[in-house]
Amino acid sequence: MDSAAAPPKLAWQGAGTSRIPFAAYTSEALHRRELERFFYNNHWCYVGLEAEIPNLGDFKRTAIGERSVILVRAQDGEIHVVENVCAHRGMSFCRERHGNRKDFTCPYHQWNYSLKGDLQGVPFRRGVKQDGKVQGGMPADFKPADNGLTKLKVAARGGVVFASFDHEVESLEAFLGSTILRYFDRTFDGRELRLLGYNRQRIPGNWKLMQENIKDPYHPGLLHTWFVTFGLWRADNKSQLLMDERFRHAAMISTRGQMGKADQVTAVSSFKEDMKLEDPRFLDIVPEPWWGGPTAVMTTVFPSVIFQQQVNSVSTRHIQPDGHGAFDFVWTHFGFADDTPEMTERRLRQANLFGPAGFVSADDGEVIELSQHGFEQKPFHRTLAELGGTDVADTDHMVTETLIRGMYRYWREVMEA
Amino acid sequence: MSAALPGQAAGAGIALDFATYQALVQLYAEYACAVDSGDWDLWPGFFVDDCRYRLVPRENHERGLPLATLSFESKGMLKDRVYGIRETLFHDPYYQRHVVGAPVVRAASPGRIESEAHYAVFRTKLDGPSTVFNVGRYLDVVVSTPDGLRFQSRTVVFDSEMIPNSIIYPI
Repeated sequence: MDSAAAPPKLAWQGAGTSRIPFAAYTSEALHRRELERFFYNNHWCYVGLEAEIPNLGDFKRTAIGERSVILVRAQDGEIHVVENVCAHRGMSFCRERHGNRKDFTCPYHQWNYSLKGDLQGVPFRRGVKQDGKVQGGMPADFKPADNGLTKLKVAARGGVVFASFDHEVESLEAFLGSTILRYFDRTFDGRELRLLGYNRQRIPGNWKLMQENIKDPYHPGLLHTWFVTFGLWRADNKSQLLMDERFRHAAMISTRGQMGKADQVTAVSSFKEDMKLEDPRFLDIVPEPWWGGPTAVMTTVFPSVIFQQQVNSVSTRHIQPDGHGAFDFVWTHFGFADDTPEMTERRLRQANLFGPAGFVSADDGEVIELSQHGFEQKPFHRTLAELGGTDVADTDHMVTETLIRGMYRYWREVMEA
Repeated sequence: MSAALPGQAAGAGIALDFATYQALVQLYAEYACAVDSGDWDLWPGFFVDDCRYRLVPRENHERGLPLATLSFESKGMLKDRVYGIRETLFHDPYYQRHVVGAPVVRAASPGRIESEAHYAVFRTKLDGPSTVFNVGRYLDVVVSTPDGLRFQSRTVVFDSEMIPNSIIYPI
């Protein structure tokens, strides 16, 4: 299945993954192989929330890897995902980003499909009668049943929808593994979700850097002043880093601790002891019963999505690569149908910390862009991810880059096979 | 707030007396100069204390989805943003340049104007070309204060939904 040029052999040092070759981020051939092996085969990819398509006929256009797909609720209420490529001439026919339809029609030659992706109409299929003769038409053995849209396998859990081009993929539950499933279910426990809105950003960096950013508990207490100063995320917070058995997914779990000074942790330039908010409502945090203790759980599901709970702000962050050097990052903020108006307001207010302009998250996009600059200028070099050693293991602290090493252990396993 | 109706009949705008309209044009022009100047402390001064500033992707605005990219509910929050720009938000520095169209007045009553204007913001990074960064329109409520006209609310609805990485400075 792998297409085009053979990817370069990367200069890993031995079997380890603590020193990641810059070329892992700069090769287009490697990127094509990643799309095939991570996004299009053997993996479940995020496509959206059921709350985005509440009514029969509702659809949302989205992407898996670099392939445009449509998430749709058919007339029988079932959720389907079909590829946005007409079976006739290959046109990416769906241009609206969302809407409501009874069926899909490609405007080019009006081939018509049911919302499940079955071909149900081909103009002039049986030809056109002229002077008593039937002219043209599709061959007699043309079978509409063999010419539908590409249908994806779909799995929905707790209101979150995943899809896969690979119909042989393991179950979603097996894919996530019991540890990650526990944290997934913590947020998506069956309560009805309520869509709050979107933020979209194009980050000019390799898509894996976003997974790594949320597998890196080292930076938040350093790069993000708000996190360290207000105690939201810092090295002395009670925390846990957990992975699935294959180390591809992870949960970074943290409980907000003190806000004041504490030896090494706040002896960093980003800690601002005197910083006081003019308007403290940005941090009007109210604990919710479903948290069960932790104030933040950041879950990375490889390769396509990050689930965010940072105090009262919850979102999904969807990774949509575009070549080796850029990806679109789509934030979908949500709440729960039983939220009070005050809680909705709080979630919206705390959203100021996140997204492409957020007090905390804007700088993640910036550092990713500048890491990519460094990789491109020096592709023979490598990164160092050796905080906490060179091994891969769950921890009960966050002074480690073990989750990044874990992700690359899995990456090597799949990419070198 | 009056959502502007595309295709509204020509001349449907509200006429103001010349001095008031001139003051309104001056407010828009001075705002653009201020946010392009790099002196971020000027920005909150264009708003009343109990103000709203919302930076909203057009899709959320038109679909009635409440999420904003930034949503501030007081002049204090604007000051917190200024502190953030200067002290806490790491970013690749850039210049920005606003080009703002003439304001259209949608409603007016004594001491209060609802108006809107189109804008385009160009971004210039230190080692790069100038690029179109963000385009959209301002939907405003402007009130008269002892210090002159000020924004009671400024809703910035942007077409450029795919943000080129990040937005740090005020639009």
